[in-house]
Amino acid sequence: MNLPGISLAYLRAKPLATALNLLLLALGIATITVLMLATQQIEERMGRDARGIDMVAGAKGSPMQLVLSAVFHLDAPAGNIPLADATELARHRLVKRAIPLALGDSYRGFRIVGTNHDYPAHYGARIAAGSLWTTPMQAVLGAEAARATGLRVGAKFAGAHGLGDGGEEHEEEPYQVVGILAPTGTVIDRVVLTSVESVWEVHEHGKPPGGPREVTALLVQYASPLAAATLPRAVNAGPTLQAASPAYESARLFRMLGVGVEVLRAFGFVLVLAAGLSVFIALTNALQERRYDLAVMRMLGATRAKLMGLLLVEALALSAAGALLGLALGHVLMEVLGAALRAVQQVPVTGWTWAPGELWLLVLALGVGALAALLPAWRASRAEVAPVLAEG
Amino acid sequence: MFSLKGVRHRYGAREVLSLERFEAAQGDKWLVLGPSGSGKSTLLHILAGLLHPTSGTVEVARPIGIVPQKLHLIASLSVEQNLLLAQYLAGAKQEPARAAQVLAGVGMADRAGDRPHQLSHGQAQRVAVARAVMNRPKLLIADEPTSNLDDAHCAAALDLLEAQAAECGATLIVATHDARAKPRFAHRLELGA
Repeated sequence: MNLPGISLAYLRAKPLATALNLLLLALGIATITVLMLATQQIEERMGRDARGIDMVAGAKGSPMQLVLSAVFHLDAPAGNIPLADATELARHRLVKRAIPLALGDSYRGFRIVGTNHDYPAHYGARIAAGSLWTTPMQAVLGAEAARATGLRVGAKFAGAHGLGDGGEEHEEEPYQVVGILAPTGTVIDRVVLTSVESVWEVHEHGKPPGGPREVTALLVQYASPLAAATLPRAVNAGPTLQAASPAYESARLFRMLGVGVEVLRAFGFVLVLAAGLSVFIALTNALQERRYDLAVMRMLGATRAKLMGLLLVEALALSAAGALLGLALGHVLMEVLGAALRAVQQVPVTGWTWAPGELWLLVLALGVGALAALLPAWRASRAEVAPVLAEG
Repeated sequence: MFSLKGVRHRYGAREVLSLERFEAAQGDKWLVLGPSGSGKSTLLHILAGLLHPTSGTVEVARPIGIVPQKLHLIASLSVEQNLLLAQYLAGAKQEPARAAQVLAGVGMADRAGDRPHQLSHGQAQRVAVARAVMNRPKLLIADEPTSNLDDAHCAAALDLLEAQAAECGATLIVATHDARAKPRFAHRLELGA
């Protein structure tokens, strides 16, 4: 016999009330955990994907759409830009490096990105099998794209028009897989790389040659900090190009999503507080139900501190169990959500990771439990024994 | 094993207990008789240290074992756990072997794992007595142990208390309004209404 043993016996004696309190707390903790894990992973992932890209140049339209489509490969591009304008920008004295992207097709939901070898180099991608492309119509698959499609070096496939499933296939212009990249933990894992010329070749099939060449976007790295102040303005002043900052647009996106995230987070905290209130009510009721037990315990020699400890331990045990259950539930939900997102080639998130803030959730739950138990525990310790035993 | 001198207790203006002198030696068996409201429970609570008298001095040898009128076994604990709880709460070392021995002494050896709700009143009373003697008390107090019992069970309950008090060498005090207990006790304290 000890305080935890006695407390657990009381909790076991009321299985329904105990289970409901556990569930309430677990749901609150799970909600906050999912939000914590999701925002942490998405922020980290977007940060990695946009690292080293100071500016994106593309067709005029929404700057956020441009960043989402060209950097994160999440949205459809607004249109293409003339190759001549892109080349002129790439040669600008304030541009250190410019990586062209030609989008338009996909294979089983994975985007086919026409680019040059600077693109995999930018993300530090290493070849896991085969080699990079050297001629048009050769393709190199990102690790996740290779895993999901099952394509290996030497295989042939036809790209489909459009960036989603169900587009018309370019069967007459098949790609040949010449290489597969090792996983990088960046957006490049989820795309199919080829040369820009491949994309032109596929889309010019059956058309008269010599038409104006286009690319979709240019990923730009500034040559000097001065460029940040002048280059976007210069680009936007022109008739065909638009400049967008990945850092600014990502922050803007998180600010917009942030409202929803905060509402859900607040909902989670409300659930945790409701659980605390429920524990408080349960313990206050228990004081009345257990007045004889508490009196008998005092009669048997229990100190006031021990009685106080009994209720505190009970609340803390409930809170700790609810918090651990909530954390586990949050990770399982995150993994289920991650599997669903991976199935549609969206931002990959997983439940098998740990956010530092989760430790604080445990502290929060224990704090709420202790707070909820404080008043009932104090009242239990002050209860008079003789009148209760006398009323028998 | 205890000595009360000039003990008085009041609830507000009403005096419920007044004893000039009440003393007992080790192994004595005392019967405290009196109708409801005569101060029996107040006296027992003062002896048990659960109540401080309004005035007077109280000296009692410890530990003390108490069998309350309603028994009050902890429903969420097993019979054995109820016994070990008495040792834990008193700050004594927990002895499962002692619990088994005491339960055997009250004829409840085979019910150690049962919950109180699985026991009859008579069995629960035996467990309550076993709990009271777990810490080898020097003073064993029983409050109305024979109320609502027929003659046979009344005799059995008193036999049990006497046997367990003797086993521990404890002073026994039984408070009751039941006159059937009178012939068994050489020492009697009668309290008025």
